[in-house]
Amino acid sequence: MPRGGDALDETRQADLRDVVLGAAASLGCAQAEVRVERIRSQGLRLRDGRVETAADDTEVGVGLRVLHEGSLGFAATVASDPDAVAALAGQAVLAARACAVATPGRVELAPEPGHGEVNWESPFDIDPASVPLADKVATLGEWSRRLQASPGVRHVIASVLAVTEEKHYADLNGTVANQRRVRVHPVVEAMAIRPDGDGFETMRTLAPPVGRGWEYLNGNGWDWDGELAEMPELLAAKLRAPSVEPGRYDLVVDPTNLWLTIHESIGHATELDRAMGYEAAYAGTSFATPDRLGNLRYGSPAMNVTGDRTTPHGLATVAIDDEGVAAQTFDLVRDGVLVGYQLDRAIAGASGLSGSNGCAFADSPLHVPIQRMANVSLRPAAGEGPTTEDLIGGVERGIYVVGDKSWSIDMQRYNFQFTGQRFFAIVDGRLAGQLRDVAYQAVTTEFWGSMEAVGGRSTYRLGGAFNCGKGQPGQVAPVSHGCPSVLVRDVRVLNARAEGGR
Amino acid sequence: MTPGGARTRDPSGLPPAPEVVERALAAAGGEGCVVIVEDTSEAEVRFANNTVTTNGIRRDRRVTVINFQAVEGGVAPGMARRGGAVDIDALVRDAAGDAAASRPADDAAALVGPEDRPPAAGPTLPDFATPPDATDLSVLGDVLAGLGHAFRRARRPGSDRVLAGFAEHGVSTVYLGTSTGLRLRHAQPTGSLHLVARSADGSRSAWAGSGTADFADVSVGGLEDRIVPRLERARRRIELPAGRYEVVLPSEATADLMVGLVDAMGGQDAEDGRTVFSRSGGGTRVGDLLSALPFELRSDPGEPGLACSPFVATGVSGADVSVFDNGLGIGHTGWIEHGRLARLRYHRAGANRSGTTATPPVDNLVLELPGATGSVDDLVARTERGLLVTCLWYIREVDPSTLLLTGLTRDGVYVVEDGEIVGSANNFRFNESPVGVLGRATEAGASGRALGREFGEWLNRTSMPALRVPDFNMSSVSQAS
Repeated sequence: MPRGGDALDETRQADLRDVVLGAAASLGCAQAEVRVERIRSQGLRLRDGRVETAADDTEVGVGLRVLHEGSLGFAATVASDPDAVAALAGQAVLAARACAVATPGRVELAPEPGHGEVNWESPFDIDPASVPLADKVATLGEWSRRLQASPGVRHVIASVLAVTEEKHYADLNGTVANQRRVRVHPVVEAMAIRPDGDGFETMRTLAPPVGRGWEYLNGNGWDWDGELAEMPELLAAKLRAPSVEPGRYDLVVDPTNLWLTIHESIGHATELDRAMGYEAAYAGTSFATPDRLGNLRYGSPAMNVTGDRTTPHGLATVAIDDEGVAAQTFDLVRDGVLVGYQLDRAIAGASGLSGSNGCAFADSPLHVPIQRMANVSLRPAAGEGPTTEDLIGGVERGIYVVGDKSWSIDMQRYNFQFTGQRFFAIVDGRLAGQLRDVAYQAVTTEFWGSMEAVGGRSTYRLGGAFNCGKGQPGQVAPVSHGCPSVLVRDVRVLNARAEGGR
Repeated sequence: MTPGGARTRDPSGLPPAPEVVERALAAAGGEGCVVIVEDTSEAEVRFANNTVTTNGIRRDRRVTVINFQAVEGGVAPGMARRGGAVDIDALVRDAAGDAAASRPADDAAALVGPEDRPPAAGPTLPDFATPPDATDLSVLGDVLAGLGHAFRRARRPGSDRVLAGFAEHGVSTVYLGTSTGLRLRHAQPTGSLHLVARSADGSRSAWAGSGTADFADVSVGGLEDRIVPRLERARRRIELPAGRYEVVLPSEATADLMVGLVDAMGGQDAEDGRTVFSRSGGGTRVGDLLSALPFELRSDPGEPGLACSPFVATGVSGADVSVFDNGLGIGHTGWIEHGRLARLRYHRAGANRSGTTATPPVDNLVLELPGATGSVDDLVARTERGLLVTCLWYIREVDPSTLLLTGLTRDGVYVVEDGEIVGSANNFRFNESPVGVLGRATEAGASGRALGREFGEWLNRTSMPALRVPDFNMSSVSQAS
């Protein structure tokens, strides 16, 4: 039973859809896309085993985008009575007309065939919305108590964010898509005070957010028992660890850290709207400009990157995107060379391309769809390929980087800086204990150009985030990134404490 | 529409918010109830490559019910929130069910009543029954006309300007009712205008942005006048290496750093030992001198030009905000006084435990150096050799124990010699703590409304001075332009 009653059941959705698309067509719109959505978000956070935050929010609404006389217009409402919804067509046309004064050219959407009726659901066993709050609290509470029982652990924060997204999409091409996606993101972080009283260290779970149901917290897709069991000792070792000597090191980067580097330095850089300047005022542009398609050496020949909206359990995975385009897989970087971009219909149309590759997404029924990131993933080595230990074995003096933490990259995606959850010194091909205060900083093409080897399929993991930001007004999108462990030579490593003047 | 004005009839077809509040309160049992209805009306226009790209108008409503139930050992809250035309009884039932199945809350406190009405310092509270304020694209009519002209100028032969940016206006009207008899309403208009001009080859760029309540005080032409000369000055390029530089931060850059600073001012986190305001060995650093200059960092719902909600309205509890505190009055809040850390954020229960007073978050922020005068240009004129930054971007925490932040300079770094801008430099990645910046600042200008390029999206109402900071850590060069 949906929370707070159900004003948007399936019959109602179809009625509202017909009302608003009919109104748009009668106003002479060349294209109209409507989304009737219901998004249930449940957030829970425990501090030292006690509930600090419990939120349960159901967003509903109807959003309509029209293409009218060469201009786009968007209007949306949370109201669900047919008159208010039908009025969206007039409001969207009015918005298109109001903006025509500052729209010198005509907007063209790249063509897309109709797909008829599509019904799709992401794979999950237990809808988190069906799990009582008390059971959710019990799971996080039990995890917290395990860590709190360990000597040295001062505080524990455990949280989970669970989303059930129901999207009913229809357009004037005749595509009608009913899609339901479920995703969860559990996190546990243990904190300890340094023995000298000067500051503290934390250790966080590496479990990624995934497109799965509550079964993920029961161990389906992640070994929670194993991870929680090893955290206290990892944290204790981090407290004892020496602070890193800044300099240049060879890095073996674990997929639990590398996914975010891929997200920032490849995922965003290969969005065509950014590359063409459409995000110049906010998210930024890209060094990977369209004139360099096919000739930009992005990285070493070991680098092969794809975009997809099809990976099972991927956070960007759908069947039909928010412009009615079918989900697909496409190449972005092949043998180290830039060969493709992520597209939506508006950007593909503006570039004269024959079609979109399905990357339109709106995070809310009240927001207009824009080009958002596909699951952008680095392919592992062919065949069996190296293990992470093999990659470490090839390093004389280096650092093994595990888990993501802090991130920042510039507005053209050249210069980035990342930290992590834990860092292990590598000496003569073996791990030699943890290091503290490590941050790595590089220029995108130099970093990927120095990638000497990628790990095999056994090292491949899916990472991701719920909160990728883009657009104005700001929208957040969930996205996954698959990658193997990699070996990157000669990367600049900073000492974060020294950077802070301490 | 008239910004700040009220309509007689809500065209959304949604039932009047005050009625929803009363019906939910009437349906709720248990130990008390808080109902919040937030009615939002927004309009926006986005543009890039000398054309409008996207736009939108929307009508939002969120109804939040927080029900309190007696459970073994205390009181527990349950919350349910839903958008649109809600089934009120179902929402109340869901909230009550979660409350009854929960353990006593650590942030429990007696619900706020009419005797705790917000102080008179805040804006006057209109009648609870007044319909929500609304907005639509007509508020941005002058902006759209201005953009039409600006795009034509940018496309003229000889001009190589490419414009991008964003204009948004929204009004959010909060109706808050409690079972203790409190009925509060607050309408908050919020707007912003951003303009970026880039050279066609992308090698030079400049940004200006402003927060506004009604678009009467900002215009496309006004921002264009600020950034076009900068684009011209950037023609002389001076490549500079990473290093520590004397930097003049304009008020917009100061705003982003100060929002980062106040965000770290949670009392509970400080007591747990996990922030820059934790005292080594336990406790907090309240009382510590943070800066040699007697800076004041404050928030106040009654701040002229930056008025914001004078009462707490929150659907969820957190480390230092509590659903039990809904309706609590917010007054003048001094975060840093005479350069000393004066207080941290606490909800009432937390403040009680820590022997201090409740300090809720406030939706505006002012940094001021009493007596300081002059503009960023005056600071530049007194600079022998240094850098003038336009704004900061992609700011992320690296080390919470020092509040070390990393980020980038964006859309213009200007080289100053003997009080004059002599050219523009490459961008940099910085690694700096706002606590360090405040502590090392040697000069500040007069404070004025300034929109942080990055965090202005979350905290629009900020008034800041330009700052002079010696030895600002530019950690590496960014090739981005």
